[in-house]
Parts: sequence; structure tokens; C-alpha cells
Amino acid sequence: MRFKLKKSYVEDLRLFEYRSSLMWYLALLAFLAVFPFFAGTYWVYNFMLAGIYSIVALGLNILTGYTGQISLGHAAFYAIGAYTTGFLTTKLGCTFWLALPLAGMAAALIGLIVGIPALRLTGIYLAIATMGFAFIIDQVILEWKYVTNGTNGLIVDRPTLGPISFNSDQAYYYVILLFVVLFVWITKNFERSPTGRAFIAVRDSEVAAQTMGISLAKVKTTAFAISAFYTGFAGGLFAPLINFIGPDNFSIMESINFIVIIIVGGIGSVHGSIFGAIFMTFLSEIIRLGKDVLPEAMQRMVGFQGAVYGLILMAFILFEPLGLYGRWLKIRFLFEVFPLYRRDTFRKKRKFYRSERSR
Amino acid sequence: MAYFKITDLTKRFGGVLALEGVDMEVEKGQVYAIIGPNGAGKTTLFNCVSRVYSPDEGAILFKDKDLLKLRPHQIARQGIARTFQNIELFTNATVLDNIFLGRYMYKKSSVLSEAFFTPWVKDQELKARRKVEEIIDFLDLQAYRDERISSLSFGIQKIVELGRALALDPELLLLDEPSSGLNPEESQDLCFWIEDIKEDLGITIMLVEHDMRFVMQVSDAITALDFGRVIAQGHPREVQGDPEVIKAYLGEENGATP
Repeated sequence: MRFKLKKSYVEDLRLFEYRSSLMWYLALLAFLAVFPFFAGTYWVYNFMLAGIYSIVALGLNILTGYTGQISLGHAAFYAIGAYTTGFLTTKLGCTFWLALPLAGMAAALIGLIVGIPALRLTGIYLAIATMGFAFIIDQVILEWKYVTNGTNGLIVDRPTLGPISFNSDQAYYYVILLFVVLFVWITKNFERSPTGRAFIAVRDSEVAAQTMGISLAKVKTTAFAISAFYTGFAGGLFAPLINFIGPDNFSIMESINFIVIIIVGGIGSVHGSIFGAIFMTFLSEIIRLGKDVLPEAMQRMVGFQGAVYGLILMAFILFEPLGLYGRWLKIRFLFEVFPLYRRDTFRKKRKFYRSERSR
Repeated sequence: MAYFKITDLTKRFGGVLALEGVDMEVEKGQVYAIIGPNGAGKTTLFNCVSRVYSPDEGAILFKDKDLLKLRPHQIARQGIARTFQNIELFTNATVLDNIFLGRYMYKKSSVLSEAFFTPWVKDQELKARRKVEEIIDFLDLQAYRDERISSLSFGIQKIVELGRALALDPELLLLDEPSSGLNPEESQDLCFWIEDIKEDLGITIMLVEHDMRFVMQVSDAITALDFGRVIAQGHPREVQGDPEVIKAYLGEENGATP
């Protein structure tokens, strides 16, 4: 067990509690920085995808994990971000570096508009409402051909910055890495700020949050807007990654994919978002490769991927509700207290007492 | 004009009259207790004040301001804090974060500045932290600072909730059954704290309580409710001896005294 003697309140505001953890994260960053030099394009591409999913997961976690508002419509924000970037760069000739924040803002604005009616809904009803919103956006993409080219889709090029071209996978990788780090940092900042605490307050007890002077309407719409900003921004990075965006990229399956990412990774944690994103990116690769060894009939089955996702989701909810991050914490704890670890340490305590919540 | 005044407050739930024409006046600096048997409407009264419920008739004036015109989250800004009968803490956060949330309404930082955690935000957080630490010292919560609420005992949770309410820097504090679920020792500590809150911090306190010994010890004035009506009001000794109150607690026949 490590004990740290804290001598000032500033120490509680630091991002890294121990000097050693800072070192480990720097080592990880150094590894990620040199990664494209020795890894093949296949790995680099998948890492980029995992990076984009990480940003989405961080955003969705702000809404679902921290604030406790479920959303099954995040593919729509993702699509708004992707199409905003695509439209601005290809049709209006706007530079990618301006289109990217605008993509986030467009999604945030729509998020704000969606957030207001969502104030009256909770739980499953909110899930259905946000899903309905995703279907609406789906239809808009198909019909608003001036912006989206309908089913023909948009071809989006990789960006350039002055003389530097990010056309190769290796180069674009660094753009994504930069933004992943930036969004992780921003999320950690929210965690230690009053707004982040207000998110958690609204999730844990709405009635108590109100007596603290927290306006539920304001906090929930803020959460929606921030979450949509992250997701829209990620969508903006996604469009040049795959070069071509069409309505198929933003189906309901993608929304479910996002939810699975945060549940598998760990609800309400930054680590969890990233673990989940990496896990799910490589899972779909494993499913794709695994199909080759399966019998002929199963290879041609349509819903195979969805079925595997469903099984994994159920397994996690049943056996590890805290997700991969929870498992990580347990393993780390095992090593910290090595001979003294007991299985019961993490056994769920019985709830003798439950509060009645008047929402 | 009275400091805090409730006039003719009526609240119906369907056919049930939870409160019926309740009048009450609290003076600044008092500890004011509301007693009554189960279902008398004590908590409903608190919920009307903190705007969890909207009463059907009547008025609630705090420093001549009509509370019924405000939205629930605006009550705190008037200087009114409360605790709950069944603890309503933020269960998955630490003690520190819970008390920090009491400082939320004093924040001046925007969402954008918090996203980048500017030095100014950091400064604001450090100031809030000092205030939070004052409360932790006041209530002897040092040992539990970084504990999650879900891992704490009921008694400690009650005290954390009191601390969270105090972090709002209120003028009027509503305590809903503060001593329920506490052991005699903790209950005695609470008595002293209530006295300190009244004397040192100058906060006016209204509390709902079952434990008569506790009420007699701390309160300056009492209102007794039964079936939503005021049955006695005044000095603790008078109310305790009031035949209506004894009847409400002990029943009618024989006129047995406690």
C-alpha cells in the first residue's frame, strides 16, 4: 500500500497523485508517439479508430456515466460532426482546422436543443426519445442531398497544414493522438471542477442537488451539449479517416456500439472510456478474423456481430458492472496488498437501507 | 415583520389533507422544533418550504420574500439549507466532494474556464476547499475526508449531510429528524453542534424531531402538529404539558400521563 503525506490543498488538485503515475503515463505517451514507426498500417489504422471511439466514449460518459442520462442517439451527433466537416471542407472549401471545432459546436447546439425536451424524461423513456432523434437525423442525412449527397455520400480528404500533409495514416495518427490527449485532459478538468461535481450530484440525487442550488435544467442541458460536442468533434475526425462517409456509417448499431464501449470499459471513468474503446475496436477485428474459422453457415449470418456484442454486454453487466476499469482496479489492488488480498474486499455490501427518491 | 413566517399553509394529496391551515412564525436566532406523531405532516411542511412540493394554499415568507414564487434550486440562494429524513447524499462521491457541492452555488467560473482549469478556477477551488475544511474541522470529519459515502455508517452519513448543508453558508437551516438512527452518544454530540451552530455561526434552525428529550434540550419554541393541523404552539414546557399534545401521542381514554 502506498501512503502519501499531503501538505497542501493544491496536491488534491493535481492530475497525477504520485510522481510514479506521471512517469507511467509519460512512458505510455512516448510509446504511442513512436508507435507508427514500427507498426504496420493495419495497427495504426485501428489505433486511430480506437482513439476516435475514445473521444466519443469520454463524451458519452459525461452524459451517461457522470450525469446519469442515457442516450441511444449518439450516432446522430457523430453523424452531425462528420457531415459538418465533410460539407464545410468539400463544398465550401473551408479549412479542416476550422471545420473541426465547428463540427463540435454544431453537434453541441443540436445537443442543447435535444437536451431541453429530454429534461422531462428519465431512464428508458429518455433512451427511446434519443433513439427517435437518431432516426430523424438518419432521414435528414438521406433527404438533405445538398449537404449530404444522400446515399451517394461525401468524399472527405485528409487535412493539410501549410506544407505538412496528413494524408498518410502515419501522419493523421498524430492528429488524432493530440486530440485524444486534449479531450482526456479536459475531462479530467471537469472531474475536479464544480460542474463535474454537479453532474455527479444530479446522477446520485436530483432532489438533494436542487437543495444545493443546482438547477437540474441547466446541468442536464450542459451535459448534453458537452457530450454532443465531444461526439461531434470525434465525428469530424472520423470523416477524413475513412475518406468516405455515407448514411450506413451512422446507423443505430453505432449508437449501441458506443453504449457497449462505456459499459464494457467502465461507466463514469476516463480510464474506462479508453479501455472500452480499445477493447471494442479490436473485438470487431477479432470477430471479422474469427469468422474464417467458423462453419460456412455461420459466416454468412447477418446479425453475428450484434449477437456477440449483446453477449458481451450481458456478461459485463452480470459479472463486472464496473467494466474493465473495475477489473483493472481490482488487479492493481491485489498487487498493492499482495499477501493480504481477500476476495470479499470487493464483494457488494448488502443494502440495508434505501432512500426513497422523489424525483 | 417576522423573520420566517408561514401563513395558512394547506397541502392536499388527492383526498388526504397533509397540511391544513398551518401558521407559524420563527424568529431570527431561534431553534424551532416541529413535533407530532407519524403522518402529522412535519416533513411535508419542510418539503413545501424547500419547494419539493407546491402547497395548495397559503404563503411562506422568508425575510419578506415569498418563497412560493421561487423554483426549488433558488431556495438555496435565499440562504436556506436543509437535510433529509432519509439521507440524500451523493452516494458514489467522497465526503469531500459532497461538502464541496455545498459550495457549488458560490462558483463564478464558466464551463469553458473549467474545461481548461485556468489558474483562476484553481484559485476558486482552493478557496472553496478552505471553507470545506473549516466545516470538516467543525464536525470532526477529518478521518472520513476521502471515504465514499456508501462505505460510511449511518451516523457518519447524517453528520456529513449536516456538513453539506452548512457549506451553503445558510441563514436558516432545516433539519429533518437529525437524531433518528443515531446512537445516544452521537445524539448528544448533535445537541452540542446544534447549540454551536446557533451560538457561533448565528444560524436559525428549524427541526423536525421525534425524540422528545432531544427536543426539550435544544429548542426555544415548538409547534406540535397532528393530522396536518397545529394543535399546540409556544414554549417547550407549555407544549409538553398541553393536553392536546398528550392526547395525540398517547391516545384519548383515561387521560394517562407519561
